[in-house]
Amino acid sequence: MNFRTFAAFVGPSVFMMLLFIAFPLISVFKQSFYVTQPIYETVEKETCTPGFLTQTCVTETVSQPRLDEEGKVITQTQYVGWESYRNVLEPERAWRAISDGNWNVLSTINFWKALRFTLTFTLITLPLVIVCGLGIAVMINNAAHAIRGPVIFISLLPFIITPVIGVLSVNWLFRGDGILTALLEWWLNRDIALFAQAWTIEVLMMLYRVWHVAPFAAIVFYAGLQTVNQDSLESAVIDGATRWQRMKYIVIPHLMPLIIFVSMIHLMDSYRVFEEIVGFASQGYVISLQWLTYDFLVPDQAGNRSISRASASAMLTMIGIAILLIFPLRRTWRDHKGGH
Amino acid sequence: MKLKTILMAGAMSIAATGAWADCAFENDVPLKSLSAGFEAWKAVTDAMAECGNFSASLDQEFREKQPEAFAADPALYQIGGVSNATLVPLLNAGTVRPLDDLVEKYGQDLLPNQLIKVDGKTMAIAMMVNAQHLMYRDDVLAELDIEEPKSYDDVLAAAAKIKEAGVMDYPIGGTFKTGWNLGQEFVNMYLGEGGAFFGDGNMPAINNEQGVAALETLKAMTDYMDPEYLVSDSTYVQQQFQQGKIAMANLWASRAAAMNDEAESQVVGKVTMAAAPMGSAVPATTIWWDGIVLASNMSDEEADAAFRVALEGMDTDMVSANNDVAVWLSPAYSAGDLAAGAAASAEGGAKAYPASGPMGIMHTSLGNGLADYLTGAKDAPTTLADIEADYITAAKEAGLISN
Repeated sequence: MNFRTFAAFVGPSVFMMLLFIAFPLISVFKQSFYVTQPIYETVEKETCTPGFLTQTCVTETVSQPRLDEEGKVITQTQYVGWESYRNVLEPERAWRAISDGNWNVLSTINFWKALRFTLTFTLITLPLVIVCGLGIAVMINNAAHAIRGPVIFISLLPFIITPVIGVLSVNWLFRGDGILTALLEWWLNRDIALFAQAWTIEVLMMLYRVWHVAPFAAIVFYAGLQTVNQDSLESAVIDGATRWQRMKYIVIPHLMPLIIFVSMIHLMDSYRVFEEIVGFASQGYVISLQWLTYDFLVPDQAGNRSISRASASAMLTMIGIAILLIFPLRRTWRDHKGGH
Repeated sequence: MKLKTILMAGAMSIAATGAWADCAFENDVPLKSLSAGFEAWKAVTDAMAECGNFSASLDQEFREKQPEAFAADPALYQIGGVSNATLVPLLNAGTVRPLDDLVEKYGQDLLPNQLIKVDGKTMAIAMMVNAQHLMYRDDVLAELDIEEPKSYDDVLAAAAKIKEAGVMDYPIGGTFKTGWNLGQEFVNMYLGEGGAFFGDGNMPAINNEQGVAALETLKAMTDYMDPEYLVSDSTYVQQQFQQGKIAMANLWASRAAAMNDEAESQVVGKVTMAAAPMGSAVPATTIWWDGIVLASNMSDEEADAAFRVALEGMDTDMVSANNDVAVWLSPAYSAGDLAAGAAASAEGGAKAYPASGPMGIMHTSLGNGLADYLTGAKDAPTTLADIEADYITAAKEAGLISN
């Protein structure tokens, strides 16, 4: 293919990636070092609000943004260096907690609390997704031809459900006297409150995520299973290899590139865990890094939002994902080099 | 242009269903409104739609859209539904229109206390007030010879008695969902104790005796609440009431009618509305109002029409047809038993919610920070100090505190 054809094919996609990924990223990166705020002035103001029958009027000093001639709020943008990052990471408090050996205090500082949960969530669900995915794939592969279609369809269902809807369903099944909690209570004959402490919420979140993502892993592995060398399998059978040995020495090494692919996708996705927090309304107990960014970004009822801290938090999340991806990427790169 | 016409036609066909029924005039200026989506707003915007050429957006996330939509020129919505808190960003940005000329022209039927005045100028027209107040099961309390609770000590004593008698496991309900709801609970308690949120220069001032007392009362209540209280919002508490699982709650007046909704409730006629329990100073609640504003970025003809349509929305017909939906500010409103709690709280001296820019940040910091105290991760002074620190960080970023 000559260069012009190549450029014509790749050009639009490069353009889109620059427009929708690179430029926003640069903008977020920049915003994390600046703070934009209105200029406030203090004024005396009388406000009257309805009471019953009469009005209540109060005069108080309030801060009010200055407006220019056109009635727009005057804002100023300041370079603040690493301040937004410091405000998110709270390094002094965190360091004090660590040097005192006081992990409870560390886990009440938002960023570290979120990081702790995000990492636990990511690293626990990863092996579960791989194992369940592989299990489902093998099951599909061994199913009789006639029912294979329906089996694939059913096992894909969880992946099709919109995450927020899925999480809300789980919430309603277990919250208060939800059907499944009521069932558990009847079975164990004791009162159960699954949303009253952090660990049960975390377990529910992980179970949900595995249930949701395993079908994706399964369908990728199932595709991989179709290309396993049948001759090797047959010779293994002749050599007296058990089912487990065939799996361990032939199938899994064959699927290794796919396992790494699925791991990478899963690391990226689950490090951005968000729907589970919102759907379970769990922020009293458990928060994630992505939720933290969202919380900075949501305006309060008076319209204030923390764009700079949100940007800093978003950059930190990205850095976190990059660090996690180093391990699978290094392996792929080594394999790639070794193959030549 | 073409798209706009199509959209317009779509909006009109929606607005046209059942339109021109009970409106005093025929509106020929296209108008749109953006407001919250609860029952009262539905009633009001339905009544507005009777004038024709009107479409309403009822959106629980309205407060995220409203400031931007009103800042556009021309404004994307002519009529806005606000409460005392959500009016603040619009006032700050100067995007709402003073209404004095229109009130003079068309507002003869408005009550004087409907006019929300800022520095002498009418900036909004209130249509209803809302407050959290005590709702209790009079049958349960009467059976155990408990008198109507007047203070939180009474509430806790009553709860202990109900639990002891084995009537209910968790006699108290509360809107303790982490975030806005939990923050609001603290605001109620703290104002009830007579506390003030800010010192000079918007600096926080909650780490004091009143703050600790407010926290301790909240924590004492959780002993009698369903252990999942940190996910419990107004709807959840309403359902707990309707299903007879709780006996007392400090709940919004706008939820009162649901207690007697025969389709949903198993406790019809058994729930009494009373004043919010007293703190050390005043009843532990805040008074809110909801009402309408007009955008400043529109022509005078549009404003004229918008004001008339808005008044049609809150006229006497609408109020008498939806009397129990809210505590309306209207001469046609007959305050029944359901409004007794809100009225009694106001008579007891309950404060209006102290809405302001700094208060918005404080409310968020409270909502996010209080859970650590209730779950036992921090003690009261540490919790309050951490909330103050969080507030200061956010307020500095917003420019409300100078560095």
